Amino acid sequence: MATAEGYDPAVWRQLSEDMALPGIHIPEQYGGAGFGMAELCIVAEELGRALLCAPYFSTAVLAANAIMNSGTEAQKSALLPDVAKGAQLATLAITEPDGNWDPASIQLVATPEADGYRLDGVKSYVVDGNIADLLIVAARVPNTVGRDGLALFTLGPKTGGVERHPLESMDPTRKIARIDFRGAHANLLGSLDDGANAILRTLDQAAIALANEMVGGAQMLLESAVDYAKLRVQFGRTIGSFQAIKHKLADMLLDVELAKSAAYYAAQAAAVNDPEGPALASLAKASASETYLHTAIECIQIHGGIGFTWDNDTHLWFKRAKSSEVFLGLPSYHRELLMQRWSLSDE
Amino acid sequence: MSKISEAEVRAEVREWLAANWDPDLSLVEWRSKLADSGWGMPQWPREWYGRDLPHGLVRAVEEEFANVGAIGAAKSGVRLLAAATLLEHGSDLQKKKLLRRILTGEDTWCQFFSEPGSGSDLAGATTRADLKGDFWIVNGQKVWTTSAHHADHGLLLARTDWDAPKHEGLSYFVIDVKQPGVDVQPLKQMNGHASFNQVFFTDAKVPQENLVGRVGDGWKVAMTTLAHERRGVDAMSALPRSGSPKGRIYIEERAETEKANQPYKWYPQRAGRVDLIIDRAKETGANKDPYVRQEIAKLLILAKSADWTARRARAAQQQGRPQGPEGSLGKLAGSHVARACSRVHTLITGTDAMLTGTESPRDGIIAEILVSVPAVSIAGGTDEIQRNIIAERVLDLPKEPRFDTGPFRDVRKN
Repeated sequence: MATAEGYDPAVWRQLSEDMALPGIHIPEQYGGAGFGMAELCIVAEELGRALLCAPYFSTAVLAANAIMNSGTEAQKSALLPDVAKGAQLATLAITEPDGNWDPASIQLVATPEADGYRLDGVKSYVVDGNIADLLIVAARVPNTVGRDGLALFTLGPKTGGVERHPLESMDPTRKIARIDFRGAHANLLGSLDDGANAILRTLDQAAIALANEMVGGAQMLLESAVDYAKLRVQFGRTIGSFQAIKHKLADMLLDVELAKSAAYYAAQAAAVNDPEGPALASLAKASASETYLHTAIECIQIHGGIGFTWDNDTHLWFKRAKSSEVFLGLPSYHRELLMQRWSLSDE
Repeated sequence: MSKISEAEVRAEVREWLAANWDPDLSLVEWRSKLADSGWGMPQWPREWYGRDLPHGLVRAVEEEFANVGAIGAAKSGVRLLAAATLLEHGSDLQKKKLLRRILTGEDTWCQFFSEPGSGSDLAGATTRADLKGDFWIVNGQKVWTTSAHHADHGLLLARTDWDAPKHEGLSYFVIDVKQPGVDVQPLKQMNGHASFNQVFFTDAKVPQENLVGRVGDGWKVAMTTLAHERRGVDAMSALPRSGSPKGRIYIEERAETEKANQPYKWYPQRAGRVDLIIDRAKETGANKDPYVRQEIAKLLILAKSADWTARRARAAQQQGRPQGPEGSLGKLAGSHVARACSRVHTLITGTDAMLTGTESPRDGIIAEILVSVPAVSIAGGTDEIQRNIIAERVLDLPKEPRFDTGPFRDVRKN
């Protein structure tokens, strides 16, 4: 966390080589463990609980899913094995400096040229953008608007015309970067026909994985608050014997369990390709975002003064909760998306 | 007893139904056969109108009944709570006198627990029973009594010892409701319905033989009743019946159900009617307002999550896994859903939310939601009590200091 890279390579090696976690949802033919979204979400929940600083979300959740959703057979065979092994760190760049998560707002242009495309534009809020060995970039071909003409492109970070700027991130456990592309040569991932759908599908899967990561973190905060309430004595009694605190903790438990139910349900829906998946992704993301942040706020509150100190780790979960609330779209954005997705499926 | 298989049970029920089921019997005639044969409550003991059947096989019996359209034993209201309590704590004389008429539906029951001075704190009851000669003489007031106006018997929790600590001075009785010392008055609620009663006891008489359990055991016996209430005693899920329901017995059953349900027509409204939200929003055009859309989405997320949480609890139960915290949260979640519904229905309805009765949208249903929802967070254990239970039993937090120990006489009361 304290390094510029933001993770411990030894832990990452263990996670990858001993536990094969980056490829848990990647089919065995591409070097993965052959499980699916449900298992990926279980891992995400545990990593969120532990607040692990590792390029897991970027590499396994964003990049691996983007490749599986979009890539040709040859590309999957070429790219996925190294991702599954954790040997290649990868990330997906969607948002631009306007911070909009709707793919229709993408401005970065991919102009066809000999042997591929030329990328011009700026990506921002790219998770692990500063350390990834492989960049997957969402862009549009010239003279298109909205969801037309969108596609994914791959390139290495050392390609000419690529410039990476680490951003100062409020959440020290999740590093982000801005990346400038000035005529950078890139390859098309998959085809131009279905780009928007592949991007949306990847974002929905990411929202579901993030929701599960968030409920893991929220559960940890709840436990920390309960433990402290049983320990801390004021006015001659443990503060956990005051109804003001007991009731707050009961409400936090309810909140966390409701968010878990939504996150688990969405994970299972994604695992079986339920047509409700996109709506449930937004539902779970909105629910977990609100719950994680609220649980973090109340956890600090129950800790009192010590909760606001740098030495008490609660602030790290608080900051992860804050960055997760915004990352992939605010709860309000996802609630609106949910309404659209449900009313569309009604008609 | 040798273990009986599901197939054997099914064969046995089918054979018995073929020989006995007749839709032209009266309800009481048919249910008398059920009581005598034990097929009405097959999980009950053989000597008390049952067949000692394991609980797991009851469903099979219900299915066989449904297949031929046969009606089950009377199960509505408080009667099964009374039966469960009597089976566990009652004397043989009480069981003999009371159980059969519970199953046949001839007797109706009510529960005299809550008082104006003791709601959440049920053990603080101050209705008194004093032994004079062969009778306990009852004085005091009970409230929120369901169906007391047509009940024959009541389950009564009353104080028999004022010097004992709160929980140890109570006794449990079966009281005859239709006697001069029992005055049943309707209790009108803020939504205009009168679904409950308040009941005044003035020197009402209970024969000694109607004491359930021993003197001073009242709280223990009441806990049995409450535990069954929470579990929804053997609640019969209404299996769809096959065949066309023609015959005298069905007419009688419909009338019985209607009478039993009449006071509770507003219960769906009490829960908030989340099912109406989307249609109503389309109806009024509120679905185009970005703020209202946000609030609708929040509500639907909450309602869906509450539903999924209940399903997680049921799944754990079905798989025989110990239930996690999700099992204790339903009541509190239901309160949140109902309140959110009430708020969003108001947003959707706008100024029409000032109206009531037939002037109010959906023929008064919307107004009824708005004035019924406040019941949810109170009835059956307030939200605050639920939070205490969750905090103490699930999160294992310490109890608050108490001020109601020592002789009940000295405890501060309303």
